[in-house]
Amino acid sequence: MEKATVSDDNFDRFRKCAADVLTVDEDAIVAEASFADDLDADSLDLVELVMALEDEFDVNVDEDELEGVTTVQTAYELITSKLG
Amino acid sequence: MIFENAAARVALVTGGNRGIGLATARRLQRAGHRVAITYRSEPPKECDGLIPVRCDVTEADSVDSAVAEIEAEIGPIGICVSNAGETRDGLAVRMSDDDFIDILDTNLTGGFRVARRVTRSMMRSRWGRIIFISSVSGIAGQAGQCNYAAAKAGLVGLARSLAKELASRSITVNVIAPGPIDTHMLGALDADRLDAIVRRVPLGRIGSPDELAAAVEFLASEDAGYVTGTVLPVDGGLSTG
Repeated sequence: MEKATVSDDNFDRFRKCAADVLTVDEDAIVAEASFADDLDADSLDLVELVMALEDEFDVNVDEDELEGVTTVQTAYELITSKLG
Repeated sequence: MIFENAAARVALVTGGNRGIGLATARRLQRAGHRVAITYRSEPPKECDGLIPVRCDVTEADSVDSAVAEIEAEIGPIGICVSNAGETRDGLAVRMSDDDFIDILDTNLTGGFRVARRVTRSMMRSRWGRIIFISSVSGIAGQAGQCNYAAAKAGLVGLARSLAKELASRSITVNVIAPGPIDTHMLGALDADRLDAIVRRVPLGRIGSPDELAAAVEFLASEDAGYVTGTVLPVDGGLSTG
């Protein structure tokens, strides 16, 4: 998959949502950012983020799909893979 | 108002149509909160400002739609009192699997379903009070109530785990363990058995629903913000042994 770019409409929505939930600057939400190391997000933050993204994009994410989702890129790919 | 409440909150009391639940709902209402109560079958006759919502805590969908209805009508829930419960007494040696499992489902899993659902908005608003109504039976054990006591003891582990999971969001989770309180549950006992219970209570009497509700009001207040994961017996000293 191509790297998400700032011109991507879905990524804009993703970034706004993530910045809002994680209370970080939107500029910090870049593809290679690690939730734990770069965005200071704990497991509860990630759960909150997933719930917010489910609402924002009207998708459902199963718990087992979150395995290995540690960066903005992997989370974004997971969400967009569910869009029709 | 006894305890400081910086803001009027939306409160949910499951099983709030009678007994301890209703007394708690009234008390929270007097403290300035907007209070929704759930009932399983019979809606209360006089609500007096309480908002009745049908909810079966044994069905996740029912819990979901009840909470959604409350959120739409009066806003996200800040205070949740998980009180809905039932008993089906019998000696363990003769108890069926169903009688054990059903009581666990209503009293323990039901509390989990409600807490799981209300936690979402509490996490978002970075504030919450969850109070599980357990029982002295869950602490001390009670002959004839192994199912109920197991479920009520389970609430302690549930609450303490939630307390740890949600602490970073300023959500407190506590348990109240009532002793004999003057409600329909106690009214079902015959006079001799009631007498035997009262003799074991150091304070020498049955508690009133409002005395129990006062403890809930405290744990639901702003002032109780540093109290989490605790079990508060309101039992006239019964659990002291």
